[in-house]
Amino acid sequence: MTDTLTPVLTAHWDQPDIFTLDGYRRAGGYQALPKALGMARDEVIGAVKNSGLRGRGGAGFPTGVKWGFLPQGDTKPHFLVINADESEPGACKDIPLMMATPHTLVEGAAIASYAIGASHAFIYVRGEVLHVIRRLRHAVQEAYAAGYLGRNILGSGFDLDVIVHAGAGAYICGEETALLDSLEGKRGLPRNKPPFPAVAGVYALPTNVNNVESIASAVPIILNGADWFAGMGTEKSKGCGIFNLSGHVTVPGTYEAPLGITLRELLDLSGGMRGGHRLKFWTAGGSSAGILTDQHLDMPMDFESVAAAGSGLGTRSVMIFDETTCVVGAVLRWTEFYQHESCGKCTPCREGTFWLVRILDRLEHGQGTDEDISKLLDICDNITGRAFCALGDSATPPITSAVKYFRDEFMQHHKEGGCPFDPVATTAWSES
Amino acid sequence: MPFSDQVRARLDADADHIIGLYPGSRSALLPLLHLVQSEEGYVSEDGIGYCAGKLGLTETEVTGVVSFYTMYKRRPVGKYHVGVCTNTVCGVLGGNQILAELHEHLGVDDDETTPDGQVSLEHLECNAACEYAPVVMVNWEFFDNMTPQSARQLTDDLRAGNQVAPTRGPGRLVTWREAARILAGFNDDQATDGPAAGPADLVGLKIANEHGWTAPEPGPPGDKAAGDQAPAAAGGQTNKEPR
Repeated sequence: MTDTLTPVLTAHWDQPDIFTLDGYRRAGGYQALPKALGMARDEVIGAVKNSGLRGRGGAGFPTGVKWGFLPQGDTKPHFLVINADESEPGACKDIPLMMATPHTLVEGAAIASYAIGASHAFIYVRGEVLHVIRRLRHAVQEAYAAGYLGRNILGSGFDLDVIVHAGAGAYICGEETALLDSLEGKRGLPRNKPPFPAVAGVYALPTNVNNVESIASAVPIILNGADWFAGMGTEKSKGCGIFNLSGHVTVPGTYEAPLGITLRELLDLSGGMRGGHRLKFWTAGGSSAGILTDQHLDMPMDFESVAAAGSGLGTRSVMIFDETTCVVGAVLRWTEFYQHESCGKCTPCREGTFWLVRILDRLEHGQGTDEDISKLLDICDNITGRAFCALGDSATPPITSAVKYFRDEFMQHHKEGGCPFDPVATTAWSES
Repeated sequence: MPFSDQVRARLDADADHIIGLYPGSRSALLPLLHLVQSEEGYVSEDGIGYCAGKLGLTETEVTGVVSFYTMYKRRPVGKYHVGVCTNTVCGVLGGNQILAELHEHLGVDDDETTPDGQVSLEHLECNAACEYAPVVMVNWEFFDNMTPQSARQLTDDLRAGNQVAPTRGPGRLVTWREAARILAGFNDDQATDGPAAGPADLVGLKIANEHGWTAPEPGPPGDKAAGDQAPAAAGGQTNKEPR
């Protein structure tokens, strides 16, 4: 029986100097890299495959399988690109990870680059996190000086350069092909797939794009073994992952647990809902996965169970709202976000999100009708599956799920001629 | 007015370093735009022309990139650029009220700067700090768990030139231009300042330690990819005893 919480990536975040090379080594760091360099590349990929690790950036694609897509025995340069553009509403796992343990990411980058035959790794980090960028760059410099990066790493003959690349503010650059265009110094527009990045990624060369937590997870997997990782979690969602609780909980925070933990368990650990309030709606995987309700308190948070409930595990971004919160207003804000972040390349997303905002705004202010709700759902239906990339698909679940669970509340706005909720009651300082 | 020879020489040294990092030179465009922003406080026509010249691009191509990304400003902002997150969690927990009160307190709207040039204001989308909602960023450093009162005090201190320190960040808050230089690729000396993690980042770890909860012990050496020793790794924690 695995423990309720299983700190692995977060296990040493309470060590004040864990972000330094010395601190990281004292915590057992840089032991996985020499081990990986002593293995054949196929063995490293095999270990990650066998661990069952699925992409921690939201899509859940098996990480080892993705590594295996890169061609072998070709003469082209290969690239590793680490997606550190964490911007999903509710997601706050990668940024603290890089603040606390940038060396875990550097060590993981070296292991992954070795496995896929890359001699360059880019860490594409969102620009709006200055101290994280300082820490990453400092860690990379320390790793070069210690021989974990650069030429002939640890005498293995393997060379790797790691470049910390700061973005400039664009949620769409978390989409892997948009990220690649951005990394090439262009507007961050998504690309057609195929060709997939494994064939034609950055500079049209074979590229593997992975999320920060996926790359970091390779470190303990190589060190402790595939079976060790696969021994945690559920049958198809193996291992542990970082869950972030935010919103109307007594103690918001980071909880690293085996996949499959329930919201009820997490709420028990976090002191439950804030005083005197009850759960109204929540997300399991950030706004893009849509909302859930108190009927999902015992749903295991693994990829399959959350999908079966019509949502998604996404980035395990658990945003929690109590009964003081207006669901129409909450969804309006998320929709304004998707409209703002739509890159404009395709019509369904660019125009669709524009009209969704207008209709939701009308509804929130009590001027919408039942017909507007039908129109909302109709527009959602015309975006989902018809947009160029996943951003359009991400804009609709908050709306469709909110209408599904709280249709009456949309109409209540109309009946009362405005929003029936008190905006002050939701704030952190409302409790008297 | 184009950059003086002196400014150009200084920029060239930095720009050439940045360009040299990348296998494809155009990849240096985003960092170069941060660099010219650090020089002038915003991305001017001269800045665009400079980047275009360095990379063999047209000014139109560079302008198209500048307009895509929200962190590049086309007109001067304050010495301290204050961003208030109003995405749903922060907004609901009070970010909306903080932004409204700062508008009133500072007498500026979004994307405007106080007359003294010290503080500009912007509403932000999610900045990956939801556990610390409501969050305010100043020059892209974290100010966690803000209230209308603490936000007003923060902007008062910034305008008065008082030293303020981010919640999870360095001891000295850098200026907007200094921040842009770090974004371009040139660290200051503050990387090792500040905590490894904030209190909310440690909540689960603390509970796990109190209960003696850990990830399982690594398996026996028979496991093909298992460790033959069981070190307390970057990652693995073998101490089963509660701390």
